[in-house]
Amino acid sequence: MIATDAKQPPATNAADRRTPCVNDFSITIATVNGAGSQTANNTLLRAIHKMGVPVSGKNIFPSNIQGLPTWFTIRVSTAGYLARREQNEVLVALNRASLQEDIRNLASGGICLYPLDEQLPLRRDDVTFYPMPVNELVKQSGADLKLRPYVANMVYVGALAWLLEIELPEVEAALSHQFNGKQKAITLNYATVQAAYDWAAANLVKNDPFCIERMDRTTGTFLVDGNSAAALGAVFGGVQFAAWYPITPSTSIVDHLSDYLHRLRRDPDGKATYSIVQAEDELAVIGMVVGAGWAGARSMTATSGPGLSLMAEFAGYAYFAEIPAVIWDVQRMGPSTGLPTRTAQDDILAAYTLGHGDGRHICLIPGTVNECFEFGSMALDLAERLQTLVIVLSDLDLGLNLWPTKPFSYPDRPLDRGKVLSAEELTRLQGDWKRYADLDGDGICYRTLPGTNHPAAAYFTRGTGHNEAAGYSERPEDWAANLSRLARKHDYARTIVPAPVIDPVNAAEVGLISYGSNDPAIQEARDLLHASGIASSYLRLRALPLESSLTEFISSHKRLYVVENNLDGQMRALIQLHAPADADRLVSIAKCDGLPLTADWIAASIAALEAKEEKP
Amino acid sequence: MTATTESAAVNRIGLSKADYNGASSTLCNGCGHYSIANVIIGAAYELGLDPTRIAKFSGIGCSSKSPAYFLGKSHSINGLHGRMPSLATGATTVNKDLVAIGVSGDGDTGSIGLGQFKHLLRRNVDMVYLIENNGVYGLTKGQLSATADLGQKSKHGGLNELPPIDLCLEAIIAGCSFVARSFAGDPKQLQTLLKAAFSHRGTAVLNIISPCVTFNNGEGSTKSYVWGREHELPLHEINFIPLEHDEIQADYEAGAVREVAMHDGSLIRLRKIDQEYDPTDRMAAIRLLEEEHSGQMFTTGLLYINEGRQTLAEHEKLVALPLVHLPDEKLRPSRAALDAINAEYS
Repeated sequence: MIATDAKQPPATNAADRRTPCVNDFSITIATVNGAGSQTANNTLLRAIHKMGVPVSGKNIFPSNIQGLPTWFTIRVSTAGYLARREQNEVLVALNRASLQEDIRNLASGGICLYPLDEQLPLRRDDVTFYPMPVNELVKQSGADLKLRPYVANMVYVGALAWLLEIELPEVEAALSHQFNGKQKAITLNYATVQAAYDWAAANLVKNDPFCIERMDRTTGTFLVDGNSAAALGAVFGGVQFAAWYPITPSTSIVDHLSDYLHRLRRDPDGKATYSIVQAEDELAVIGMVVGAGWAGARSMTATSGPGLSLMAEFAGYAYFAEIPAVIWDVQRMGPSTGLPTRTAQDDILAAYTLGHGDGRHICLIPGTVNECFEFGSMALDLAERLQTLVIVLSDLDLGLNLWPTKPFSYPDRPLDRGKVLSAEELTRLQGDWKRYADLDGDGICYRTLPGTNHPAAAYFTRGTGHNEAAGYSERPEDWAANLSRLARKHDYARTIVPAPVIDPVNAAEVGLISYGSNDPAIQEARDLLHASGIASSYLRLRALPLESSLTEFISSHKRLYVVENNLDGQMRALIQLHAPADADRLVSIAKCDGLPLTADWIAASIAALEAKEEKP
Repeated sequence: MTATTESAAVNRIGLSKADYNGASSTLCNGCGHYSIANVIIGAAYELGLDPTRIAKFSGIGCSSKSPAYFLGKSHSINGLHGRMPSLATGATTVNKDLVAIGVSGDGDTGSIGLGQFKHLLRRNVDMVYLIENNGVYGLTKGQLSATADLGQKSKHGGLNELPPIDLCLEAIIAGCSFVARSFAGDPKQLQTLLKAAFSHRGTAVLNIISPCVTFNNGEGSTKSYVWGREHELPLHEINFIPLEHDEIQADYEAGAVREVAMHDGSLIRLRKIDQEYDPTDRMAAIRLLEEEHSGQMFTTGLLYINEGRQTLAEHEKLVALPLVHLPDEKLRPSRAALDAINAEYS
């Protein structure tokens, strides 16, 4: 047994320490990048989730292989709030470099777990400090030297389990999930958890109010990240071809795609019904994706802002040549390399108008992990239905972090392969068709695929001006007619892309408009606003082009706040173009600091503006 | 042969030569690309290729406009400058039944597209890749390309002081499995090489000197008709014998003939002219091209062939049916599969 009592700082007298704080606090684990703490962090997250307590986690990490500070925050919330909070009550302080800052940022009444051998640079009377004999417990773990840094992280899992009353069987189950049932790894790690738990029980005196109590609020849900869901959605959407070039934070979409396809989309003899090509750069990526789409395959890639910009010329080409293709853009903080591992929603304008000349792309904006799954399949459907490029705008927060999610629903619609003429149909039409003739009034024309065995099937696909018969044309009337038809197609798209999710509140004068991963923060912010006497309706956009229910929402509210995670208010600018008469009523609540928005910041920003409204 | 009998002639799939025509050319009279288009028409006709199975790919430039002028019953995609290789990679991967022919220029391949060109070859995408090489940008009126001769004059930019990129050498170094060079002014050799290229499995590169009569056909240009006719040195007399039917059998002298068997059973028959040359010897091909740089001739013919390389589609281990022909039930996994995944996450 390791004696540590002498080193445990004296208890403090914070008043709230006596009031139990059950299932409503946040934990920050501050480590050094590359220390392998992700397994430990996700184990904690899963164990709490398995206890039926609503929980979410955010990995705030640097763009670095190892050595820089990284934080993992876990929000535990009885009410089910999933957004990031500004302050944390529980700190596991394992990074010397950020120790002072981390202790300073702790909420009053909070607790700090730290390595026994660490000299604390800062003491606070309103914080309880718990030392952990990390090195000694690791030595006792029996792990090989090279594995010790990894089991070291299990020390805080065990210590927190005792302090917060996280049930050990759930910790073990979470470890089993993390290690995919690999018993050796589970045993080794769990032994360290148990040792730390036993040590804490024998040596620590709990002197804080924080604990986890079993609930039943997570029944029927599991934890998964948006990129996994996106990949899975594409697999069940029948993706046939993917090309890609690695870029954070989108890479795991293709990693997961590769794993799922390997498992689910091979014939009994092991042959694949899909192809994934790692290209030499993003210019080649989008060329391959467009080439495969032209040839008739469901075709996609995943990238982030810098990759998206390299795809710009082909994006405009795909729009104009009307070739189906899907790009998943997992947004990160730009410009250029920006902060590659920090989140943002800053590709909105670039994505919508990617390319040169006239043209707008269909953009899908998932706000939940379930929507990542749903849009994974829907993006492929829409691309083929509309014969155009579809860009899905996810972000790092949604894509890389684990979110509680209901099981994915099997797509109930057949694959939508769009208006494709077969050789038989061409025979029936006696070969009489024109590639760019709008027969149905929706702007979408009939196409044939290369290899269609009919002498009239072929046409010439080009980025240059063309007439209805796909012949080269520079005639102004042909050019104008073609662009008008493409605009008509975009208008038709408004009617089939996912409609906004609207939560109207009777007599509310305030309308909030937002999208994507801001959703949890908005929902919580609305409750905060409501508590301060401000009722608000909420509209969550899920696609571009914008459509009519947004216009109605704008006209039915006096004051409108567009909340987004970029500095320029990019979506507000698009909404202003969509509803010019109301442009001056659309107020931007926008912030971009690399972190997900918090409910406190949103509510405070809006409350301040509302206060001004009341006192003109 | 009269015009009447020519129009009545059909090939082994019952098509006339006219069935392989394209739109009227908008290229300059006498442009080398024009004769190459005719050679493509001739080769496809003679081989009896089904035009509906052919897919044409191109980038940007005079050369890349030319797919409009042949095989009008074939699908065509005219993409972006230098990025035809990626389009072809995507399309041929999802439909390996397509007979793919890419047409590019020296700017399109040697300058903006050099990266995609090299990576296409590295992947050994199954296609015929033609480079219509005139050493100049014709469409933008006369700028130097990456294959311009040292000392070549440009209309506005003065003398070229940089060495040209040898696209055959680049192709061989990148692992290309079929590299040939020819001259637009030698349609007989070109058509034979092209037929062999169609029969090759993997990327077959034909670097064709194709004079630009408007901007680079002057005295001293190694891409001019006059230079080509005076300095072309064929490596061998070449004949191609497709599997399906016998071609004209040339009278070859025993001992001087080398036959190269293609994967589909076709044969390339090469009669050596004045040197010992083994087109399956990669180092010999590199040496030939390196030595040629100091000489005043340009050799034409089949420079290098390797029938053993795996194509990208083979490497991908795809099902026998082209991906685009798979029925939906092959593409969407079952409800039970999703249930199992949901259960694993839970």
